[in-house]
Amino acid sequence: MSFTQQHKKLERNVTLLAVGSFIAVAIGGIVEIAPLFWIDNTIEKVDGMRPYTPLEQAGRDIYIREGCYTCHSQMIRPFRDEVERYGHYSLAAESMYDHPFQWGSKRTGPDLARVGGRYSDEWHVQHLTNPQSVVPESIMPSYSFLAKTKVNVPDPSATLRALRRVGVPYTDRDIEQAKADLEAQADPERDAGDLQERYPKTQIRDFDGNPAKVTEMDALVAYLQMLGTLVDVNSVAAQEELAEEKGR
Amino acid sequence: MQRSLPLPNARPVQEGKYLMEAVLGRVGLWLLVLLLAVLAIAGAKDAPFAAHATIIAVVALILIVVTAGRYDPLAKMQSMFQMPTDPSRYDDDPVRWGVIATMFWGMVGMLAGVFIALQLAFPWLNFEPYLNFGRVRPLHTSAVIFAFGGNALIATSFYVVQRTCRARLAFPSLARFVFWGYQLFIVLAASGYLLGVTQSKEYAEPEWYVDIWLTIVWVSYGAVFIGTLIRRHEPHIYVANWFYLAFIITVAMLHLVNNLAVPVSFLGSHSYSAFAGVQDALTQWWYGHNAVGFFLTAGFLAMMYYFVPKQAERPIYSYRLSIIHFWSLIFLYIWAGPHHLHYTALPDWAQTLGMVFSVMLWMPSWGGMINGLMTLNGAWDKVRTDPIIRMMVMALAFYGMSTFEGPVLSIKAVNSLSHYTDWTIGHVHSGALGWNGLITFACVYYLVPRLWKRERMYSLRMINWHFWLATVGIVFYAASMWVAGITQGLMWREYGADGYLVNSFVDTVAALNEMYIMRAFGGGLYLLGGAVMTYNIWMTLAGRMRTEAPMTQPDYNAEKDRPITTVAAELEQRS
Repeated sequence: MSFTQQHKKLERNVTLLAVGSFIAVAIGGIVEIAPLFWIDNTIEKVDGMRPYTPLEQAGRDIYIREGCYTCHSQMIRPFRDEVERYGHYSLAAESMYDHPFQWGSKRTGPDLARVGGRYSDEWHVQHLTNPQSVVPESIMPSYSFLAKTKVNVPDPSATLRALRRVGVPYTDRDIEQAKADLEAQADPERDAGDLQERYPKTQIRDFDGNPAKVTEMDALVAYLQMLGTLVDVNSVAAQEELAEEKGR
Repeated sequence: MQRSLPLPNARPVQEGKYLMEAVLGRVGLWLLVLLLAVLAIAGAKDAPFAAHATIIAVVALILIVVTAGRYDPLAKMQSMFQMPTDPSRYDDDPVRWGVIATMFWGMVGMLAGVFIALQLAFPWLNFEPYLNFGRVRPLHTSAVIFAFGGNALIATSFYVVQRTCRARLAFPSLARFVFWGYQLFIVLAASGYLLGVTQSKEYAEPEWYVDIWLTIVWVSYGAVFIGTLIRRHEPHIYVANWFYLAFIITVAMLHLVNNLAVPVSFLGSHSYSAFAGVQDALTQWWYGHNAVGFFLTAGFLAMMYYFVPKQAERPIYSYRLSIIHFWSLIFLYIWAGPHHLHYTALPDWAQTLGMVFSVMLWMPSWGGMINGLMTLNGAWDKVRTDPIIRMMVMALAFYGMSTFEGPVLSIKAVNSLSHYTDWTIGHVHSGALGWNGLITFACVYYLVPRLWKRERMYSLRMINWHFWLATVGIVFYAASMWVAGITQGLMWREYGADGYLVNSFVDTVAALNEMYIMRAFGGGLYLLGGAVMTYNIWMTLAGRMRTEAPMTQPDYNAEKDRPITTVAAELEQRS
């Protein structure tokens, strides 16, 4: 029986055709995606990763809301020019708490994976308010409304609780303190409590230069200023771990 | 929303009573939806969620008015859409609505595209916050892929499955729900982007509640399509339906897995993806690449498999080839996702697998192109005389070109240059404008006169104009993006004699300005072609026919149309 004759069985039976198609399309995804969840060395074991603080997470949500990922990547590839331009190539571990990931697919603007600490807060505020005033050739839209808008997170605890449900290791205390943490990080006058012990390397200051209120600008700049600052990728321990990564 | 057609022996009194009850029942249902929507507005955790609940409330209100106000819905629909009342005819009104929706959303999506193209050339065109590039870009991609492409796929699949099964649509009211439900999905998605409601997963931006709604609509769509296949009067399932079936099943699978998320609140618009970092990235591009593979390829190949043979009046070139290329295409496509993540933190083995399968994918892709083009064997003269065939041939040519360019770009060495640049944008558009756009236009030109019972389109010459505007537009678009992408890729990695990087990032942005203007011009031409088409369809629906010279005019000269009068030499001498 030739194969066209055999195929006639499938062509005459909707169930067989549908099940056959489903099996054909299911295999690739299972073979490629599923192992990422259990192959151990998919994510490097490096020190320094922690969940985002409530203010950084609020900034991240603004970053997503405004579609920043449509023009900015957060994934430095291991090429000489990229490493010189943006810093050490990105590690999988550095986005292990990113729900969703923000690697991006297009660089209409530069990569932001390690933008944290590269510019002053004032530069960021000025640049977001009017990009062309600091980079005349820039084609970035202006985001001046961020400085005027009070940061609006209906329930910071609920945000952290949702993130914990998808696997981010927030503690009960983090969730309980979420609202206070959010406000304290943008206001150096306030008592931040144990914020910095629970979230190491947290930068506490008034990011937008307006101490009167916590704005969306505060949140976004707080997020940008921490990008790539958590893992000391050039430390001996991290480099040893990366040297072990053979054919990940 | 439509009652079934009365059987010849049904008693009118009972029918009327049934209808009355059904109307009351439906008013009640919509009232419930309205109440729930109002409660959602009141309890909403954020403004965009309230806006979306308002849209649903308005839709429910309209439905209450419409349902209560129409005791004879059928007659109204019939006069509006001229649907045949005869059960011995195919059920084509969802197809008619789908064709109109395709054109409407197509124009919206292309206009948004030209707008964001201009924003990249002239940044003062950004109007914060609602019309900034970052918010309009997903509106453009979703409008052209899901609103334009999706409506074209739903409409043509309903048309094709009935004809190739020789059966009317199963579940006619569900088919109508699919159409309207899908439009609501589009409105919620599009308004959401402008309001800042997004999951940030490319081509899967709508939030959790819109995703749930789409799932309901999609399952209904699958039920109507498979139900019609089951009711077929032909022993075999035609090849176009294999592709539609694979498209419906795979898109359901992709949509469900990639959109797994936990909402922050059931009264808020925001949610967090179930996956993080590297796993989230690969899940997303497994989805993203196969949105291209199954939405924009398998589904559109199904259109090709029905409409190209019909318009050419030739059978499909090879039955064997269609079997081989169908199974290999759907099997291989799924593996190609990781090529979107070359040289990222994704493990190397996954990148390599993605590259290898992407290169292999070249063959089944060209299998489809060859099967389509060779169908014209013996009818190649129609490329000269029939503008619709010409459009189909050009669509297949662009399909072949972009499915060759794709595997080339998936090779890691090439990708290291092209990734993150406009080369990718150019590649996508040669596929989207060239293949998806042109094949959809050709199918719509085929469908409109048949659906509205017209002798022909209002103007065939305008189809020809549309063809050339679109083709020249694509050439401008693709050429400028190739140059822009390669320029920027090379500038990023350029080192001077001193061993330092030559260009700052912004130098590489400034270098692209002319290319961005040229791209917007190309997109503008393509949009203009769409406007010509809209006018042409509008006039056809209005029942007009343009008096115009036919597309081909065989040479005729009355002066020369006479025998040669020879005067014999001897006669001349004698006289």
